[in-house]
Amino acid sequence: MSVNIAAAETAGKAVAASGWFLENAWLIWLFPAVSFLLILLFGKRFPRGGSEIGIAAVGASFVFGLLTAIQWISKVEGASRGEAEGEYALGAGGLAAAEGEASGGVSALTRSITWLTNGAEAIGAGIMIDGLAVMMIFVVTVVSLLVHIYSTDYVAGDRRYTHFFAFLSLFTASMLFFVTASTTIQMLVGWELVGVCSFVLIGHWWEEKDNSDAALKAFFTNRVGDMGIIIGVSILFFGAGTFDVIGVNEAAINGSMSHTVTLAAALCLTAAVMSKSGQFFLHTWLPDAMAGPTPVSALIHAATMVVAGIFMVARLYGVFFEGYSIGGSSINLLALIGGVTTLVGATLAFVQNDIKRVLAYSTVSQLGYMLLALGVGAWTAALFHLFTHAFFKACLFLGSGSVSHAVHSFDMKKDMGGLRKAMPHTYRTFMIGTVALAGLPILSGFWSKDEILVGTGGWGLFGGTGGNGAYTVMLAMGMITAALTGAYMTRVVYLTFFGEFRGHGTPHESGPRITVPLWILGGLAVVAGFINFPAGFQLVPASWEEKFLQWVEPVGVSYFPSIAHATPSWTLAIASVIVALVGIGAAYYYYFVKVRAVGPAATELPDGPTSRSAVARLGHRILVNKYYLDWLYTTVIVGFIKGPLAKAAYWTNQNVIDRVVNEAGIRSVQAGNIVYHKVDQLVVDGIVNATGKISDSSGEELRRIQTGKVQQYAAIMFAAATILAGIFIIVI
Amino acid sequence: MYLNEMLLLGAVLFCIGVYGVLARRNGVLVLMSIELILNAVNINLVAFGAFHDTVQGQIFALFVITVAAAEVGIGLAIVLLLYRNRRSIDLDQVDLMKG
Repeated sequence: MSVNIAAAETAGKAVAASGWFLENAWLIWLFPAVSFLLILLFGKRFPRGGSEIGIAAVGASFVFGLLTAIQWISKVEGASRGEAEGEYALGAGGLAAAEGEASGGVSALTRSITWLTNGAEAIGAGIMIDGLAVMMIFVVTVVSLLVHIYSTDYVAGDRRYTHFFAFLSLFTASMLFFVTASTTIQMLVGWELVGVCSFVLIGHWWEEKDNSDAALKAFFTNRVGDMGIIIGVSILFFGAGTFDVIGVNEAAINGSMSHTVTLAAALCLTAAVMSKSGQFFLHTWLPDAMAGPTPVSALIHAATMVVAGIFMVARLYGVFFEGYSIGGSSINLLALIGGVTTLVGATLAFVQNDIKRVLAYSTVSQLGYMLLALGVGAWTAALFHLFTHAFFKACLFLGSGSVSHAVHSFDMKKDMGGLRKAMPHTYRTFMIGTVALAGLPILSGFWSKDEILVGTGGWGLFGGTGGNGAYTVMLAMGMITAALTGAYMTRVVYLTFFGEFRGHGTPHESGPRITVPLWILGGLAVVAGFINFPAGFQLVPASWEEKFLQWVEPVGVSYFPSIAHATPSWTLAIASVIVALVGIGAAYYYYFVKVRAVGPAATELPDGPTSRSAVARLGHRILVNKYYLDWLYTTVIVGFIKGPLAKAAYWTNQNVIDRVVNEAGIRSVQAGNIVYHKVDQLVVDGIVNATGKISDSSGEELRRIQTGKVQQYAAIMFAAATILAGIFIIVI
Repeated sequence: MYLNEMLLLGAVLFCIGVYGVLARRNGVLVLMSIELILNAVNINLVAFGAFHDTVQGQIFALFVITVAAAEVGIGLAIVLLLYRNRRSIDLDQVDLMKG
């Protein structure tokens, strides 16, 4: 294996010596990968069933990831300092200078080996470390570590405890492999691996049919999108001539790949994003995936795996940006899918009684937000939201797990209520998560959501914010979702923590292994937003502004499109907060005032809008039936395939194919008979018999030589030796 | 002269050995004849070694003696088993492998 070091770090400026952890970032995914094998093979022999191996491995990954992040940040900071001082004004080579980028940029660090050579095409494998990868590593390792610790309590005593931790490790390894991938092939491998882990972990309690059905649904729905990524990666390969992420992006940006090809690839990859990241209309698997254990939901179906699609779009942003012509337009497929998903998810969250399903639809909605942001060109905003969302949504999921741990149910209406007093830690962290999700200042969700709304560039009505285009429709969708998000979370909080306890027994607060991760995630949900104060934000020193953007967004490098940044606006921030408050206020009035007036154990008004208004009733029925998408899939599509299509296929089979087959069979028998009598019996058998006869008669002759008398053999040997010696002498 | 005499001795011993191997019926005598053949070879090796003033011939002869000892050990064991089974060591009677 030849190690060809393709360092792309000399982008027109001297950079601080790249650190050891940046160079060896592949270790980060290696730890949990090794841990997977160890747990699988020896986990049962360990006193804690292998969970300690998983925690140690993910802990090591976390430390390495953190050190990698620190080295990356110091590299970026060093580069920008050098730029400011003008030391490297005439850098060596001048890639950035050639592009005329004033700010220059720090390219990703890539290290790769030749994985396999197919003809003239060498397929590499390696790591690509930049701000995006570092950020994802941080998110994945933090959430994974906390989920590991949480799980030691949550699934304690489970019959497949060891197996559970083995697959948590494998998932972590696959996800880290995916986010550090330097080629699209590697991304494909990681993509499929996380899908398999998701399938296994959703079906962790497969003895119940619902759970195994949910696992299969997740798997099959994802297969639909996986076809998209396979085809998309192939198109990109034939378009750009390489599997390298950087090469593909460069080809898309500099136009060496035609726009049609780029668009086709972007469309195929969008299908993959729709399934993996739960986008309308392939989102239906995600709520069902809540059949898995809650830590799995928090890790895989809220914080990390489902954002794989978002990550892929961000990673191949050149392809999407150019393919969909994001800059300068006002609508495109990516933004539209994101916008519709965010609305669909938020509305569906209202009618769920299962707390995890509410959060699942909320995740769908927030993922839609991220895709919307990517669709309008607000790259950093999307990833910033991914970053903050991972913490507050994991916090909410783990909080719901803590609640269900206490009441042994997920049904908010039947088994919850009034848990505020019984579970103070869970209640407080859940409230933090709720406020962050609703996007109220100063918690993390506010900053990232506001940045997305700004990034749409649609606030032109009040002075304009600049951006990649005037996506006013997307801004409206985001605003409506902001109100809906506040409202459905208020509903969840009321049904779970307020009113009167409706379940059985006395719920107790969970142990420290559950509450400590909750508090850590709650803390992160508070502070995560502070790393990206908007530019020109008057309340903090200028050096604190847009740190996330500076660290994560690859500005001024050849593989990233030059995107415009919208100007933050106070009016928009205030408007979005007001909108969120209106949503919360409406839900508060409905639940905390009117429903509570009915009785402490009430969950809905007896004469609510659904019983009074036909429109509300219709809307409610549509929402309960999840916009009839499952009905469409199972009854219409599968039903058509099972019913008329299958009948038609059966008729064709019986009357056309079978006749052909029978006819062919009869002819084959006739041909076979001829062959048997003429060729086989006469020619082949003749040859075989003749061979046998010759062997037999020659053997009969030769048999006489073998007398069994040793001395005769010796005589023959000596005679032969003499003859050979004679020949030897005469000839030589 | 000196070498010729040694080679002649070797050739004579070899011929006696071959005759013994082919003509004797007694298994032990056949083994002894084989030893004669091997010793004829040894004489040749030592003689040529001395003629060329090298030591390899003698070393090789030592190897041959070692191998011959092993060979005769196995041979005598076979003869012994033969005697136990057949009460005879006449090689003409040992023709079970006759085809």
